[in-house]
Amino acid sequence: MESILELKNISYAYHNLEGETKALSDISFSIAPGEFAAIVGPSGCGKSTLLSIIAGLLRPEQGEITIRGMPLSDSRTNIGYMLQHDHLFEWRTIYRNVLLGLEIRHELSAATKAKADELLELYGLKRFSNAKPSELSGGMRQRASLIRTLIQDPELLLLDEPFSALDYQTRLNVGDDIGQIIRQTGKTALLVTHDLSEAVSLADRVFILTQRPATIAQTVPIIFDLEEDTPMKRRNAPEFKTYFNLIWKELNQDETHI
Amino acid sequence: MKPTYNRSPEDTSSDNKTSGNISSGNISSGNMSSEQIRYLKRVKRHRITVTLSRIFILIGFLLLWEFSSDYGLIDSFIFSSPSRIAACFMTMAEDRSIFIHLWTTLYETIVSFLLVTVFGILTAVLLWCSNKLSEILDPYLVVLNSLPKSALAPLLIVWLGATQKTIIVAGMSVAIFGSILSLYTSFMSVDEEDIKLIYTLGGNKRHALTKVVLPASIPAIISNMKVNIGLCLVGVIIGEFLAARKGLGYLIIYSSQVFKMDWLLMSIVLLCIMAMVLYALISLLERYYQKRV
Repeated sequence: MESILELKNISYAYHNLEGETKALSDISFSIAPGEFAAIVGPSGCGKSTLLSIIAGLLRPEQGEITIRGMPLSDSRTNIGYMLQHDHLFEWRTIYRNVLLGLEIRHELSAATKAKADELLELYGLKRFSNAKPSELSGGMRQRASLIRTLIQDPELLLLDEPFSALDYQTRLNVGDDIGQIIRQTGKTALLVTHDLSEAVSLADRVFILTQRPATIAQTVPIIFDLEEDTPMKRRNAPEFKTYFNLIWKELNQDETHI
Repeated sequence: MKPTYNRSPEDTSSDNKTSGNISSGNISSGNMSSEQIRYLKRVKRHRITVTLSRIFILIGFLLLWEFSSDYGLIDSFIFSSPSRIAACFMTMAEDRSIFIHLWTTLYETIVSFLLVTVFGILTAVLLWCSNKLSEILDPYLVVLNSLPKSALAPLLIVWLGATQKTIIVAGMSVAIFGSILSLYTSFMSVDEEDIKLIYTLGGNKRHALTKVVLPASIPAIISNMKVNIGLCLVGVIIGEFLAARKGLGYLIIYSSQVFKMDWLLMSIVLLCIMAMVLYALISLLERYYQKRV
């Protein structure tokens, strides 16, 4: 199957007057349509940098990114990006926050507005349409920010530790919740996280990055033999522990020499 | 003893804030606990004490002033008295001359304030757009901001002539540089990640400005306006001291030269009232904004 996203030998370094800090070194992988991939790695290894590069916010110093076979800059494929925090603006209602992306792209129309209503309804936020973000719980806020991303109908979703700002209980719930939403809509997703259990419970494939400069240490395909493959069911399955330990070991192996 | 003294001003402010919420909500909640009722009473008592004390100070001061000048404890020719000031105001109100002075100063202040607000925001936006420009101009803005602006007034008179334009520019000169610097700082302190969001949604720098930076800076812009209105009034009065035939600044300078202390003190009182009213108007704008958001 043709890959939706392909990275070839991506390298990136941050520069300042004291010198350069290599963040990424020779990273290559590809993701198939509909796949849910996760990237785990030690904190500060350049995971978020990688997402920013894929989103086109940063230019790689070396290497090439193609989306459906086209170079990233020419591609017209919609890429959605969820950040660590929801960044809902307090001076806008939830409804108008959700519409922000459409407003920016001049895609506001009766049809897209109807879609916003539909998504708000579908994800249980309809009655908060006119509420301020501060009136919502952390989980609801993250849902609203997901709607803001989904409404642009992205084919590829980049998730930059989108649950890490939530407390543990909410994180489990929202992670499962949003994971299922993404699966049901059939979107391709790339999740960056430092939470191994989150990666194992959500992803089809996990890339393990090394310390800076990050390279891919290992790729672990995650296969669960479950009738109904939900994050919560995965957490209770016996394979969960196996995968968790496998990734844990790989990560720590890398960390022993610091 | 000291910690208690230090704490009390904070307590007051937080009391005031929370009490606003409570009084609006307490209609619906009929079954308040006795502790809550006691708390509300305490807040109310505190407010009454503050208001009464303020009024008492004002009346006390006016009475003391009036009596000590009536009984010759102070020289009423030099220090005037509340009743003389009031009488002076009534005479000038009758021949309408005071309104001309009031209006002149008010007009000049408002025009220079509006110009400062517009130019301040535009320049700060320009600096925000270009890091290079802001870095280049930074030392100049800092120097111009710390320069005592009253030193510029004589220069302005020579350059622009003794006209109303000069006075408006003098008013602007006091506020503009500080306004640019503080607005620019508040623009730059907007969360980087909020701006990143705009880019992830497909926006550009213009969207970052209109969708994030400006809306996030409205509280800063309003509080900057509060500072500016006072500073513009200062600048306008300095300008009127030097280059005017009307206005409260002119009245102050003129009356000190001809030793009409009633006029002088009346002008100062009117200035106080004008400053208060202008400040209150912007506070009203602020409250309107807070209610809307």
